[in-house]
Amino acid sequence: MHPFRRSPGVGRPVSADTLGDPLFQWFSTAVALGVVGLLVLITVILTLAAQDSIRTLGLGFLTGNVWNPVPPLVFGAVPFVYGTLVTSALALLFGVPISLGIAIFLSELSPPWLRIPLTYVVELLAAVPSVVYGLWGIFVLGPVMRVSIEPVVQNIFGFLPIFQGNPIGTDKFTAGVILAIMIIPTISAVSREALLAVPDNQREAALSLGATRWETTRVGVLRYARAGIFGAIILGLGRAVGETMAVTMTIGNRNAISLSLFDQGQTIASWIANNFLNATDPLELSALIELGLVLMLMSLIINIFARLMLGRVLRHGEGAA
Amino acid sequence: MTFRFDRDTRRRWKDLAMNVAAFLCVILALIPLGSLLFEASVRGLRSITPSFFTLTTANGGIGNAIQGTLILIALTAVIALPVGILTGIYLAEYGKNRVGAAVRFFVDVMTQIPSIVVGIFAFSLILELGATGIVSQRLVFSTTTGVIALSTIMIPFVARTSEEALRLVPISTRESALALGIPRYRAILRVVLPSSSSAVITGALLGIARVGGETAPLLMTCLGSPFWWQGLDQPCESLPHTIYVFALGPDSALNQAAWGASLILVLMMLAIAIVSRVVVRLRSVSR
Repeated sequence: MHPFRRSPGVGRPVSADTLGDPLFQWFSTAVALGVVGLLVLITVILTLAAQDSIRTLGLGFLTGNVWNPVPPLVFGAVPFVYGTLVTSALALLFGVPISLGIAIFLSELSPPWLRIPLTYVVELLAAVPSVVYGLWGIFVLGPVMRVSIEPVVQNIFGFLPIFQGNPIGTDKFTAGVILAIMIIPTISAVSREALLAVPDNQREAALSLGATRWETTRVGVLRYARAGIFGAIILGLGRAVGETMAVTMTIGNRNAISLSLFDQGQTIASWIANNFLNATDPLELSALIELGLVLMLMSLIINIFARLMLGRVLRHGEGAA
Repeated sequence: MTFRFDRDTRRRWKDLAMNVAAFLCVILALIPLGSLLFEASVRGLRSITPSFFTLTTANGGIGNAIQGTLILIALTAVIALPVGILTGIYLAEYGKNRVGAAVRFFVDVMTQIPSIVVGIFAFSLILELGATGIVSQRLVFSTTTGVIALSTIMIPFVARTSEEALRLVPISTRESALALGIPRYRAILRVVLPSSSSAVITGALLGIARVGGETAPLLMTCLGSPFWWQGLDQPCESLPHTIYVFALGPDSALNQAAWGASLILVLMMLAIAIVSRVVVRLRSVSR
């Protein structure tokens, strides 16, 4: 490799410097592979700890909707998977339009002097710990939902089965709103990067044809960046699915499948958070760990899909988000 | 003629409307943040007294929670920073091949694993190791297990941020260093890493802020404790866990204290964010 490198035994003795290079490369490679090995280790350990439940309950775990910790022991995951899907869908419903609005404003429409401070402030949303959102959800958002927002929604859309019942403010609807707030920084930051990655001649071409700023964005920019935006949304979904504390504190924690968004519910994460330390039977603990495994596999699939969508669209990852 | 005028007017109105709508989205997203900071300040300040910091959580203070969080953060940083930065060095300096791309992909995916799953992992790891007798089963609920969980969250995060930081260093810097005849590893450790240190530090601080606010993985590892810190093999209290317990507490004095603890936690996060900005500025000035 090096034309003047001495062969061993000739000239100066081998110094630490000639050994240092391969050693350091070997060492850092080993550490990096070890970090990926951690992902394998997580999967293996969770599967091991859940094997009691996997063996005993089999597929019934994924199709059952009863969680009975006293004999006869039955554990089913359906209500929690349902709650996770409903709250995540709500989060996307509310979060995606707002996030896209933010991304478009920050990358296309905003006056330049406003761009950096606003970007920074929106990022601060991601810096607030989940448990603080939960506290705010219990004492500020919950009452507002119960007194003002949910009754109004019910007045307008009350004929729909999803808005029936007594609005109490600690329900799937409130949890969905909290989740929307929490995924906004992720979706807006990643889709903003997707928009910034659109080459300027896309914009110039549209503008030179006389398009307005919005028409330029719609025709020239949004279309071009749609794969990246889609990836950003899926990434947000991944966050919503795994979010624990804020949901646990606002969803009301009732193990039941109900159509109405104004009913209390339970997600996979909130059920684990509430019951992990109260598990009395080893099989229940094992079932809760299997629930964690299910959550992890859901999140892995969602995130691998998102990364593949984002692929080369973004030069680098979303960092802090 | 009139038709044409109408259409252009409509287009201009639509442009204005979409501008306003996009701006409203920004405002809409900032309302929760503003409300949260306002409520935390107003409600939190009421509970902040000197004894709030010196009493333990058993007596309505948060002294042991702050202590526990600082210990957890310090121990996690000691483990996660070297491992994370080394992984970042591999990704930036040696990872320009298929293996590197695969490692980067999975490290990216790892940053998104739900934190509660990581908590279950740390719990199960000690449980399984305990079953084989390598470690004591008692260790399941301990500071050590909490640090394992938090490190698992922080390592992939720091790996990616330090990779980004190292990539900011121009290739010419590496070439100049190598041209002086120093070996590559020295060029990386003595030239490339120091010249990107401010960005590496920023990433590290963001990682610390992230694990400092985690609650879910501590629920089944550190648990919580009414006492001052008692050692690596004992449960330990932390600020986020205190907020959770106080928020669900039965009386309003506890709820009040939850706001106080939140204010402290949010201020710690903001301080970290500001410090990281100042570090970046100082470094760039001194060079």
